[in-house]
Amino acid sequence: MPEPIMLELRDAARHFDVSRPLLQRVIAREDKRILRAVDGVSFQVPKGTTLSLVGESGCGKSTVARLVVGLYQPTRGEVFFDGMPLAEARADASKRQRMQMIFQDPYASLNPRWRVSDIIAEPIRAFGLIRDRRKQLERVGELLTQVGLSPLDGQKFPHEFSGGQRQRISIARALSSNPEFLVCDEPTSALDVSVQAQILNLMLELQKRLGLTYLFISHNLAVVRQVSDRVGVMYLGKLVELAPSETLFHTPRQPYTRALMEAIPDLEMTGRTRIPVGGEVPSPITPPPGCPFHPRCPLANERCRIEVPAMIPARGTPETLVACHAVEEGRDGFLDGKPRLTPEPA
Amino acid sequence: MKAFFDSDLWWSFTRSPVTMISALVAFICIAGAVLAPVLAPHNPFDLASLQLMDAFKPPAWGEEGDATYPLGTDDQGRDMLSAIMYGARVSLLVGFCAVIFSTTLGVVLGLLAGYLGGRTDAVLMRIADIQLTFPSILVALLVDGVVRAALPREVHDQIALFVVIFAIGISNWPQFARTVRGSTLVERNKEYVQAARVIGLRPLAIMRSHVLPNVMSPVLVIATLNLGFAILAEATLSFLGVGVPPTQPSLGTLIRIGNDFLFSGEWWITIFPGVALILMVLSVNLLGDWLRDALNPKLR
Amino acid sequence: MSLLQVQNLRVEFPTRRGTLVALDDVSFEIAPGEVLGVVGESGAGKSMTGAAIIGLLEPPGRIAGGQVRLEGRRIDNLPYEELRRIRGRQIGAIFQDPLTTLNPLYTVGDQLAETMTTHLPIGPAEAKKRAVEWLELVGIPAAAQRVDSYPHEFSGGMRQRVVIALALCAEPKLVVADEPTTALDVSIQAQVIALLKNLAREKGTAMMLVTHDMGVIAETADRVAVMYAGRIIEIGAVREVVKNAAHPYSAGLMGSIPPISHRVERLQAIEGAMPRLSAIPPGCPYNPRCPFVFDRCRVERPELMPAKANRAACWLYAPEEAHRLQESGLA
Repeated sequence: MPEPIMLELRDAARHFDVSRPLLQRVIAREDKRILRAVDGVSFQVPKGTTLSLVGESGCGKSTVARLVVGLYQPTRGEVFFDGMPLAEARADASKRQRMQMIFQDPYASLNPRWRVSDIIAEPIRAFGLIRDRRKQLERVGELLTQVGLSPLDGQKFPHEFSGGQRQRISIARALSSNPEFLVCDEPTSALDVSVQAQILNLMLELQKRLGLTYLFISHNLAVVRQVSDRVGVMYLGKLVELAPSETLFHTPRQPYTRALMEAIPDLEMTGRTRIPVGGEVPSPITPPPGCPFHPRCPLANERCRIEVPAMIPARGTPETLVACHAVEEGRDGFLDGKPRLTPEPA
Repeated sequence: MKAFFDSDLWWSFTRSPVTMISALVAFICIAGAVLAPVLAPHNPFDLASLQLMDAFKPPAWGEEGDATYPLGTDDQGRDMLSAIMYGARVSLLVGFCAVIFSTTLGVVLGLLAGYLGGRTDAVLMRIADIQLTFPSILVALLVDGVVRAALPREVHDQIALFVVIFAIGISNWPQFARTVRGSTLVERNKEYVQAARVIGLRPLAIMRSHVLPNVMSPVLVIATLNLGFAILAEATLSFLGVGVPPTQPSLGTLIRIGNDFLFSGEWWITIFPGVALILMVLSVNLLGDWLRDALNPKLR
Repeated sequence: MSLLQVQNLRVEFPTRRGTLVALDDVSFEIAPGEVLGVVGESGAGKSMTGAAIIGLLEPPGRIAGGQVRLEGRRIDNLPYEELRRIRGRQIGAIFQDPLTTLNPLYTVGDQLAETMTTHLPIGPAEAKKRAVEWLELVGIPAAAQRVDSYPHEFSGGMRQRVVIALALCAEPKLVVADEPTTALDVSIQAQVIALLKNLAREKGTAMMLVTHDMGVIAETADRVAVMYAGRIIEIGAVREVVKNAAHPYSAGLMGSIPPISHRVERLQAIEGAMPRLSAIPPGCPYNPRCPFVFDRCRVERPELMPAKANRAACWLYAPEEAHRLQESGLA
């Protein structure tokens, strides 16, 4: 029997109007400028698992995170939380308390004027989970212990803590409403690497102990590999590849995914010579027609420039969903056993 | 309390002699005004004690000076020192109340504009923009004039003090609103506010408990600087004769009265209230400047 | 002879609560054409080291002791004007944010040409020609047209390329690059690192590469210095430091980097956090977090000493503590 689904997105999109004010637009005879931050993304997150979204800045991964917790309304498409349309789930406090979010910047995610105990107790009070003040503080102490801090730390203010400790406080706060689903938006990218390991270990431990479901947003592929069950790769507001973690890292299919992995500096020092992918990410206000990656893709042909590829099971690795004409047509050489990132010699 | 004396604010205070002197002067002005009924040598409002004989006495160190009137007397024999202390009381009362009024109005509207954005923001900020194109003293004059025309004289005299407070307060809210709106736009996008939105807190609750405490530092600075402005505005209105009622003379009223005698040699009647006004406004402004620098993390 | 010599460098920040020692007894050398990587966590003093060398410490920070020598000549005590000339001619600088280096009011071509005419014996026409060549060299498409563009007309990655051209165009002997790729996306980062590496090799420029990203160091540097709490705690050939770190902190740091090649059961983490500058413990600054700590570490400060193939500031490598090294399993 398949796992029940915690979160599902169906063709979700979020556009932002970034036009200049009407008057200036009329004078300059400009059209409206629409930024397609997320442009038609579909995926499911089964309960108790971690789905990661990776991509470079501006690919829309953080916007997806904010769509999922209701900070943005979708422009198009649907979001379901535990089988219920998101808007309905968000309107119901008993459902809403089951989702929480952990943010990137531990220096901005805690109100500098509040004591740590009040910060952590805020969701408890907002949802009226524990009425008695003494019991609230007891619960805060438990939560602090759970994330590796001391219950006495509740009396302090955020500025008295290091970045890693603050991120622990954020996690304690997120856990205080007993959520089942956590959206983690780059939770370790502002931290030093030794502290990052602490936080990742803590998150994995908590997932095991509390049976949490994670939507994990990151630009760091190595971090993603350590925490994910499945991974989605985003480019210019679209998912371009979605696969079980091991499959994706073992046999990446989309040329963009492969370029991304190719680009990561090599700590193993195998001395391989890398051919970095050329060009830069186009603006999401004027995305290229067809496949969004085609201007940088070595395998792109006429079809890629015109037709938007759909997410379909990849030939050869059917558990991978990939949006790529080259993969579909076998032009990537994967089936011949010699995957390449350069066009076939004529 | 210990935390305060250990704070950066106190430290920067002790590092600035000008600020310490200003604080001392401001303290003397405020204490003298608040405690006027106790400290003042005479009661200038007690008509029975006025001696017309004592009119136009020069300051005590002058040739015809009288030690009972250290700063001399005015045309009705009122002790200038006492009149200044009582006058400063009125000036400060109007100043404080006007600032509190414009701060409250400005902070509330600024928060709403910044947090809600969209149409609320557009409407509120256009109103502020329009008002800012007029000099604030003109706005105060206009408000005062409208109220004066709308109400019968007896009623107006009774509420004149409130009218002045309202007129000065209303002329100044855009400054607060703009500052608060700017800070709110920054805070609103910070992650702690988003975290509060994720748990479904209502906008008003978020504004009150999260945004407000974090946008108050610049407000404190502007409020201090505005106190000086409000006191001056009141003095200007009173000097023009449209401010507080003559039964409760403020420093501005005293200056106006003295103005009539400036060229006949009785300079003290206008100069001393003027000096008191300058000291008060200058010390408050210097304190405001210091506060702005001390709270600005970029200059630290 | 080494190109850059830093000896016992000490940088202090006077504050109201006493003097903070941001760099404490930092010594290292860079040979001509060599790339030295400097790594460490935020606040370890790695950027401060770069800033002190090029004379751009943020006040109130100041060099309180030690020497910096470029080709044997002291440069840490030079007057501002003289140092500025050296900074353009002999030392190039690349910062994390390209906008801090580029003047928004001049075209990139003008900025390149001006740098060259100031420091090289060439005229404006020649400088203009070379500006285009430099832009081509750093991989800016249609360089002949882009030479007259302003910095804001370039994307982040392209701007950083312009900054690299600007840092290298006066043919300096040393480039100090402070987190040159941190603000860039992974795919752009790879392009910029490759460019920097190739240009430095081609021109024989020595480089001090400051970054928190071990991957970047591993690919680019010849030697690497690991910093902790304002001190260098290990220095050695990059392969040795990455694969076979001697100091417990370096070993922990390498171990905590998540691998991309496989999933590990549990990441190695270093408990605790780096001390604030105001509360650096006596003895070895790493002693409160070190799993192998013993009494001497809490009292006596270790100097850099031979450790494995590197040099490390750790008492485990003192000859008289050999038995502890055996027990620790670090050997």
